[in-house]
Amino acid sequence: MMSKLTGAERQSALLICIAVLLAGVAMAALGHGDLMGAQGWVVIAYCALMLWFIMPTIGDPEPTEDRSASYYDDPTKAGIIIGMIWAVIGMGMGVWVAAMLAWPELRFDGAWSSFGRLRPVHTSGVIFGFGGNILIATSYHVMQRTCRARMPGQLSPWFVLMGYNLFCVVAASGYVMGVTQSKEYAEPEWYADIWLVVVWVTYFVLYLRTLARRNEPHIYVANWYYMAFILVVAMLHIINNLAVPASWTGAKSYSAFSGVQDAMTQWWYGHNAVAFFLTAGFLGMLYYFLPKRAERPIYSYRLSILSFWGITFFYMWAGSHHLHYTALPQWVQTLGMTFSVMLLVPSWASAGNALMTLNGAWHKVRDDATLRFMMVAAVFYGLSTFEGSFMAIRPVNGLSHYTDWTIGHVHAGAMGWVALISFGSIYALAPLLWRKTGMYSAKAVEWHFWLALAGTIIYVFAMWNSGIIQGLMWRTYNETGTLEYSFLDSLIAMHPYYIARTFGGLLFLIGACIGLWNVVMTVRRAPRQQPERDYPTSSEASEPALPAAE
Amino acid sequence: MLKDLLKPFARFFNFQARTHYKAERHSIALALGIIGAASIGGIVEIAPLFTIDSTVEAAPDMRVYTPLEQAGRDIYIREGCYACHSQMIRTLRDEVERYGPYSLAAESQYDHPMLWGSKRTGPDLARLGGKYSDDWQVRHLIDPRDLVPESVMPSYAFLQDAPLETDSLPGRLAALRAVGVPYTDDQIANASHDAIGQAMPDSTAAGGVTERYGEATNLRLFDGSNARVTEMDALVAYLQILGQLTQLPYEIEPKAEE
Repeated sequence: MMSKLTGAERQSALLICIAVLLAGVAMAALGHGDLMGAQGWVVIAYCALMLWFIMPTIGDPEPTEDRSASYYDDPTKAGIIIGMIWAVIGMGMGVWVAAMLAWPELRFDGAWSSFGRLRPVHTSGVIFGFGGNILIATSYHVMQRTCRARMPGQLSPWFVLMGYNLFCVVAASGYVMGVTQSKEYAEPEWYADIWLVVVWVTYFVLYLRTLARRNEPHIYVANWYYMAFILVVAMLHIINNLAVPASWTGAKSYSAFSGVQDAMTQWWYGHNAVAFFLTAGFLGMLYYFLPKRAERPIYSYRLSILSFWGITFFYMWAGSHHLHYTALPQWVQTLGMTFSVMLLVPSWASAGNALMTLNGAWHKVRDDATLRFMMVAAVFYGLSTFEGSFMAIRPVNGLSHYTDWTIGHVHAGAMGWVALISFGSIYALAPLLWRKTGMYSAKAVEWHFWLALAGTIIYVFAMWNSGIIQGLMWRTYNETGTLEYSFLDSLIAMHPYYIARTFGGLLFLIGACIGLWNVVMTVRRAPRQQPERDYPTSSEASEPALPAAE
Repeated sequence: MLKDLLKPFARFFNFQARTHYKAERHSIALALGIIGAASIGGIVEIAPLFTIDSTVEAAPDMRVYTPLEQAGRDIYIREGCYACHSQMIRTLRDEVERYGPYSLAAESQYDHPMLWGSKRTGPDLARLGGKYSDDWQVRHLIDPRDLVPESVMPSYAFLQDAPLETDSLPGRLAALRAVGVPYTDDQIANASHDAIGQAMPDSTAAGGVTERYGEATNLRLFDGSNARVTEMDALVAYLQILGQLTQLPYEIEPKAEE
């Protein structure tokens, strides 16, 4: 892969790598005795690995292929494999921490292995490791195809992908050491946050530069979503992570906000990490891969517009519904609730748009597990956005908040929507990228589908049950007007559901392992085939004047 | 009837579609549109919280965390305790009856970051301070199932063997002052000293703690041992002050919702 880079690009890659390595050395030296020192060694190890890839190719001759004749897919390929590895790590951690709640002895007495330290490895591993890599990989694919233009350079896509993974590795290794700022979905400390800003700005510039090269006057729907994802995540990340480090050579920092303002900022971020990381980006995937796989145009262009602007505008108001009945002023709580309910309209516009697109292609859903992944993802998207709006209603939230119902809800979204649309896109993409006739094993895709679906359903039902029981037990009064149950009673009632949840998660994890195996086998063993037309319009091997719309 | 009703919406919708048809040809216009649409909600909901006086009520007796308590809070964060224990009693009747007076904004005004939490695998801790003895807290942290057989909490026995790192405390307090916690120069300069003094009441360092943080400060051997100041000391000192930084919530009449 590296040998496709020009000599100048390879040298730049080497220089960047050395610069980051020196930063790692500085962290290790100055932060000696603090957790930052240990994080410095992680950076050094990561850069050493990168150097091991780059160094052997430094003296290689310049590549001879005509760059304008093809799309640049190497980073997409790497991103998919890395993403699938993160899926296995993140979901594996999830099964482990779930099992710990049923059997607390499963931690083996290390300081690093308590629920509190491993739980963020699970959430970040799945959301940022798996989700983020698949988002970056698919966005590279989608933007090139829908613009019918190659990416402007070969270095910056690699910088974004590998730089982003450095962030993920630093974050995950930090959690087990005890480096965290405790903000949900934003746990990494200040130096990792600053690094992510550098990577993310490069990502946005890369996106804009590719759009500027497009051979298609209109920017395709999927790109609007990817762009909203990149821009708003940057906004959320920067504001929520404003903090003052306790020392420039230590890992600890303190949030710029406190109490009420911090809570509101955190949930403005937290809820919109769901909106713009876990929804908008994946809707970009849905809007490209689902019509493509079903070989049907999007059902309604206008519905896509309505959905897009509705989501972009409404979601940002909805975060405060996480703070019902708290010390947050009530007018903000009410605004959050109102907008959360309205949010159902643009959400269902997209879910409906996706399902209506399948009209006339339902026989394909039956036969093709890849398309079925996408279809079920759209259904779960509709279900969990309905549940989300419902749970934002004040009295309902009073019951559901702080219970497993919330956990069940976010997992219906994460497993049913985010993971399934990702798996569907990966199965659609892998044969295309590696120029294969299809996935290595269609049967394994079927197995993965049913394992994932069964796992999700078991998990979500277990958490609905435990959450609602928990919420009701907390507020049950006996005849004398006193509370019927102690907190401990409700904890004991959770035990069977925690076992069921672990089992559901395990099924889901097995599915993901099968998926990783299948992708690897597709790369190595599946028979080759050139796709019909897969090159930029600007290339010498040009297409007819008016190619079929993407 | 339905058609007439929907007419204004349809017109708006058509207009939007036409405008959009133009906008989606320009990447910068699209980017600015996204930033604009996404900014409004945050500006309306967050910005006023910093200026409206009623956001945080005045609590004249509110005190800051001592260096030892702040160190304990940092350990609480490090171990991810917030993932299972909330620190926010909502204005619901059953919560007020179970845990105590509901939480006020003033109580977390020096909390950077807040630890209101979003999940209760274990009970809420907002009123934990003073509820159990130090000995109970220590034994519970060493082996939760020793005291509560059904508990699913991890054990934190290693805290007892970990000496508390106090050198970074002046820097920590200074950073907290930079974000708005009113620590004095004196408090910052003596932070390491005070942390040790608070957990060793017989040492000479102890005198400065009451001088700087008030007579009501807990001055004890939190982990029961005089040998050295451990992370256990710090965490227990923090747990014992939860809900005790101000007496305001206990003074006002709770008006919990049904």
